Amino acid sequence: MKELEYPFDSESVLKKSKKFRRQLLEGRTDFLSKKIAVLGGSTTHDIVRILEVFLLNQGIRPQFYESEYAQYWQDVMFDNPELVEFAPDLIYIHTSNRNVTAYPAVTDTVQQVEAALEEQYEHFHVMWEKIAEKYHCPVIQNNFEYPFYRLLGNQEAVCLQGRISFLNRLNEKFYQYARTHTGFYIHDINYMAASYGLDKWADPFYWHMYKYAMCMSAIPEFAYNLSNMIKAIFGKNKKALVLDLDNTLWGGIVGDDGVENLEIGQETSMGQVYSEFQSYVKAHKEIGVMLNINSKNEYDNAIAGLEHPDGILKPDDFILIKANWEPKSRNIQEIAAELNILPDSLVFVDDNPAEREIVETQVPGVAAPAIGAPEQYIRILDHAGFFEVTALSEDDRKRNEMYKANLARQKQQLSFGDYTQYLLSLEMKGTIKPFEPVYMARIAQLTNKSNQFNLTTKRCTQSDIEQFAADDGYITRYGKLEDKFGDNGVVSVVIGRKERDKDALHIDLWLMSCRVLKRDMEYAMMDSVVEACRQCEIHTIFGYYYPTAKNAMVREFYRTLGFAKIQEDAEGGSIWRFDITESYEKKNKVIEVQG
Amino acid sequence: MSREEVFEKLNEVFRDVFDDEEITVTDATTADDIEDWDSLEHINLLAAVEQEFGMKFNMGQVVSMKNVGEMADIIISQI
Repeated sequence: MKELEYPFDSESVLKKSKKFRRQLLEGRTDFLSKKIAVLGGSTTHDIVRILEVFLLNQGIRPQFYESEYAQYWQDVMFDNPELVEFAPDLIYIHTSNRNVTAYPAVTDTVQQVEAALEEQYEHFHVMWEKIAEKYHCPVIQNNFEYPFYRLLGNQEAVCLQGRISFLNRLNEKFYQYARTHTGFYIHDINYMAASYGLDKWADPFYWHMYKYAMCMSAIPEFAYNLSNMIKAIFGKNKKALVLDLDNTLWGGIVGDDGVENLEIGQETSMGQVYSEFQSYVKAHKEIGVMLNINSKNEYDNAIAGLEHPDGILKPDDFILIKANWEPKSRNIQEIAAELNILPDSLVFVDDNPAEREIVETQVPGVAAPAIGAPEQYIRILDHAGFFEVTALSEDDRKRNEMYKANLARQKQQLSFGDYTQYLLSLEMKGTIKPFEPVYMARIAQLTNKSNQFNLTTKRCTQSDIEQFAADDGYITRYGKLEDKFGDNGVVSVVIGRKERDKDALHIDLWLMSCRVLKRDMEYAMMDSVVEACRQCEIHTIFGYYYPTAKNAMVREFYRTLGFAKIQEDAEGGSIWRFDITESYEKKNKVIEVQG
Repeated sequence: MSREEVFEKLNEVFRDVFDDEEITVTDATTADDIEDWDSLEHINLLAAVEQEFGMKFNMGQVVSMKNVGEMADIIISQI
């Protein structure tokens, strides 16, 4: 819904949230349902109200638990039965500097300040440990924003007794905890408040009248930022940028003005603006965002522009470059198809509102933000939060390389007559093993973002994954695949649940990344699951297919593995059975597997 | 702005905030007359009114305001 996309009109979001909510609920049915506990240190009513519409707009339907006013700590520490029964999928702790109780006095000694810091930190620390032990779900914790007045003026930041110093040090301790605990995320409200303007943000009227930690009109931006973290945790980040060229990545039109007259580089102020934007775009490769071009241009002109000596982005930085006279909506559909991702994973960046409009209407799901004037591009894309980072994985950093290798493979494929021969030529090496600690984060990430090759679309947090791995009642397998073009990383996950006292296994989850489609990796996974079953005397495997809007490609998956369909319901969901016989022959013949 | 015009605009704000096109407010309208108007919605309502008229209520006014008529009086005195 355009009204809820950044940059949005906060006042209208506040005023019309009920209408937006109603329209969003009428507009679609395929929401991801999540239970979110909001544990507040101040009023949370309107935050929850606005957060809900932003999450609905991101495809997540939240059910909320709200603590009674300022009961965040008590709810956790004394096991509020309502919260326990609610069994949250995510806990958000909405505290602010209004909840800091141990500020040092100006006359305190250094030792007293240290003790106060420790005391304040421990108040939160014990709560986090309790949550980890009791709830096993992701936690989002606010850091502290600065207070709106400074008794010691500039010395507040310098003297250990100063409040700004105290909050900075307390924040650093929070970050330290976040760096060493997975599934624990900091919501940087200190940045939010600074970005909004601290004096406006901290308007005391809203605290004293309603016990809000920030002013009312800051709530939409606040809730939007929070919704971005939540959608990222639940695997709904965007994956790729699709960029226009003329007047988006440089000033001027390369076909008309010629390469030498483009505004890029340090010579002019507009050139500097575009250079900074190119640097900003290029940095996205390091967080695993795929870069692509979609431009109305002669291909040769586009490449010439990208080879401008002062340009930061080079042709090599892009995975796909579509420079032609086709409608941009068609190009973007092709980009999605060739990258094997859904259009709703794409962000289209174009200075021309008409092109954005065409893409948005022709290819539903693509984000096409109104990026404003060139000097605003970075702020608007950045605050829109499409690629919110929760944790950096090695795979993210390598993703561009992996997709490039994939395209090289596709080209190779054309020159082989026999597909098996082609697969053998890839010299594939697989590693298929029970879940191991180093891959837990990647496995959880895959369960949250794989939509197409995913039989049950079961979403798991990292702690869920760790629990399956530790439980004897489950057979778990992850699969990594390497070939002569590169390492694809962990690409497939299977979780099977042993039926107690019976010799059967139920496949609760089977997924595979689409970047290794048609590589026989699924056969190798099947072989490994069968082998594991044999070791614990399991003779029957049951597979389940739960249809979603996105996973039609695996509707008949179990048939290809030799399962027999034993049940199908009206919605297309099905149950499959496979009997392991003595004569089971390994299905994979092209990947060399280490188990 | 005349008192009538203020009420016309107030009606729009109330309809948006409570997502109910049927609402028409008068001098005597209070929170008891509108089903969803509780103390929490009151905060949102005041913020929307402030934005519509480009003015701010202070704490004293918020605390003492008794009905929509008094709200309109404050608005008229400040614009």
